[in-house]
Amino acid sequence: MPEITLREAITRGLREALEGDPRVFLMGEDIGAYGGAYAITKGFLEEFGPERIKDTPISESAIVGAGVGAAMAGLRPVVELMTINFSLLASDQIINHAAKIHYMSAGQFSSPLIIRTVTGGGAGLAATHSQSFEGFYASIPGLKVVTPSTPADALGLLRSCFQDPNPVVYCEHALLYGARGEVPDDYYTVPLGQARIAREGGDVTLASYGRMARAAMNAADRLAERGVEAEVIDLRTLRPLDTATVVESVRKTHRCLVVEEAWQTGGFGAHLAQVVQQEAFDTLDGPVGHVGGIDVPSPYARNLERMAIPSEETILEALQEQFGL
Amino acid sequence: MSSTSKAGGKRSRAASSKGPTTTTAAKNEIPDKATLLDLYRQMALIRLMEERSAEMYMRGKIRGFLHLYIGEEAIAVGSMASLKPQDYVITHYRDHGHALARGIPSKAVMAELYGKATGCSGGRGGSMHLFDSTLNFAGGHAIVGGQLPIAVGLAMAAKQNGKNPVVVCFFGDGVLNQGEFHESMNLASLWKLPVIFFLENNFYGMGSHIDRVHAGPGDVYRIADYYQIPSRQIDGMNVLEVRDATAQAAEHVRSGAGPYFMEAITYRFQGHSMADPEAYRNREDTTAWRPRDPVSTHRAYLLDSGHATAEALDEVDQGVQSEVEAAVQFAEESPEPSPDTLEENIYAEA
Repeated sequence: MPEITLREAITRGLREALEGDPRVFLMGEDIGAYGGAYAITKGFLEEFGPERIKDTPISESAIVGAGVGAAMAGLRPVVELMTINFSLLASDQIINHAAKIHYMSAGQFSSPLIIRTVTGGGAGLAATHSQSFEGFYASIPGLKVVTPSTPADALGLLRSCFQDPNPVVYCEHALLYGARGEVPDDYYTVPLGQARIAREGGDVTLASYGRMARAAMNAADRLAERGVEAEVIDLRTLRPLDTATVVESVRKTHRCLVVEEAWQTGGFGAHLAQVVQQEAFDTLDGPVGHVGGIDVPSPYARNLERMAIPSEETILEALQEQFGL
Repeated sequence: MSSTSKAGGKRSRAASSKGPTTTTAAKNEIPDKATLLDLYRQMALIRLMEERSAEMYMRGKIRGFLHLYIGEEAIAVGSMASLKPQDYVITHYRDHGHALARGIPSKAVMAELYGKATGCSGGRGGSMHLFDSTLNFAGGHAIVGGQLPIAVGLAMAAKQNGKNPVVVCFFGDGVLNQGEFHESMNLASLWKLPVIFFLENNFYGMGSHIDRVHAGPGDVYRIADYYQIPSRQIDGMNVLEVRDATAQAAEHVRSGAGPYFMEAITYRFQGHSMADPEAYRNREDTTAWRPRDPVSTHRAYLLDSGHATAEALDEVDQGVQSEVEAAVQFAEESPEPSPDTLEENIYAEA
């Protein structure tokens, strides 16, 4: 199988959709002439024209709302929000409108809208540009939330998003765009709501997603050097959330560490830890552990930022402290 | 500084406590007698539906917020009369009038206010969130200004629709100060989208008079100039003027010339919602507007012009009375949503 980057996988998925479905169009800030802040849509304007690759003003709320309206009337919009931090400006449209239309209209209208956005920190962009809000969006009924960590998943999940009649927040980690991985040439999809066992092991379950799923993989490799086999679960989508795969793994390993980049307080990881505790308490050898970002506005300085975001080292420390592994 | 004293200068027409300059029906195109009578019937229906809703709210049959459209009927009725079935309508939380004028059955509207399974939103939306996809009625929306970006998106899709629909987006003067208003006007003009931004200027965003919260220099419709959107101020208390103006705006928009901005001057005879004691405005203000009541003025016009007899109008009133009673009875007798449907329609099925 050929190896491509996660960036190339997303580009491929978007191109496929544009080629295969005339209802699909893209809009966002600087996605056309500029080629996209992260170069996902480079060349698309020339390839598909300005009616389908729409450069927008810096009006996050209006472009997401326009996506909702266009979707309600039968189109298949993909809105690019340059980062998830900017999605706060559109959060009313995402939460009060996109997520509610289907329910509040008793199923008469729907908004099959894909909101592609960039999440996470680690690039020295400081506090307003380094946040992880995917867990927050995953707490909203009516939304689906996708968080790929590999090129193959990025493409397979994106294909599923285009087949899904609901609003999806598709979260791309800024530091994973260059990550390489094998992607099948044959058509495949990855269903929304199905976690992937990234690595099998019998000693501890590491449940994670996005960039932290890769940190968990690295930690697992280090553990293996001393004979400890971790099972790494990449959740892939936070809503729908495949709790069954996590619980089943924990029933085998009896230990669980939830790893996320977002702040520790009141977030998605706490929810997942609660679910595991609720459903697998009888099988646990100890409390479910939780590694998350330090509760601090992300600092600019390299050394401080490194401290604030979990890494393979912090995962290993937590395993040592909590389980003596 | 009272809003009244400021009125004459700053917003010459808009803020006059006596309402806008009277426009006679004579300058508008006069439709046939049946249409004239039907415009009256629709306004009378909205008026009585609202009065009965208020009563049922006081009796605890309707819960939550209830925002009445009393006084503003001519806008919904006049504008919808100039729309086509393929057009889209999207509006704010004061949406009963728009829903009824667009053709959502009064039974389905009243049942929704009651929170019944037979309501037009299945009892999920309530007063502020009426929907009917078969009528392209894309909802009442309860976040001030939230419907404007959605209207832009509907218009993007409309542009690709062979039936050449227009999108009519209603909102109140409170929206003028929301960021989404400016974002949406800009996008719609930039992309020449077929949308009519339809401002129902009743001078009050909840309890705040427009002069207390909006710094614009004068007549509000001029705000569209900056975005190069043609605009017009009309008498929102005159159903024939609204009907004519909407027809002209729709023609402009349907031709591919881009959006249009309409400012209809109107007045809300009731409080913002049923919970509003109206401490912020004096009774004289409201009284001064009473002679401009769109329902009674249209009735008087029909009588004076000889387009309808008192008997014919009484007959219409009786029909409206029966319809509203039937709607109330239907709502009363309809079942609540089944408990096992609580989690239905959170997600659409592929």
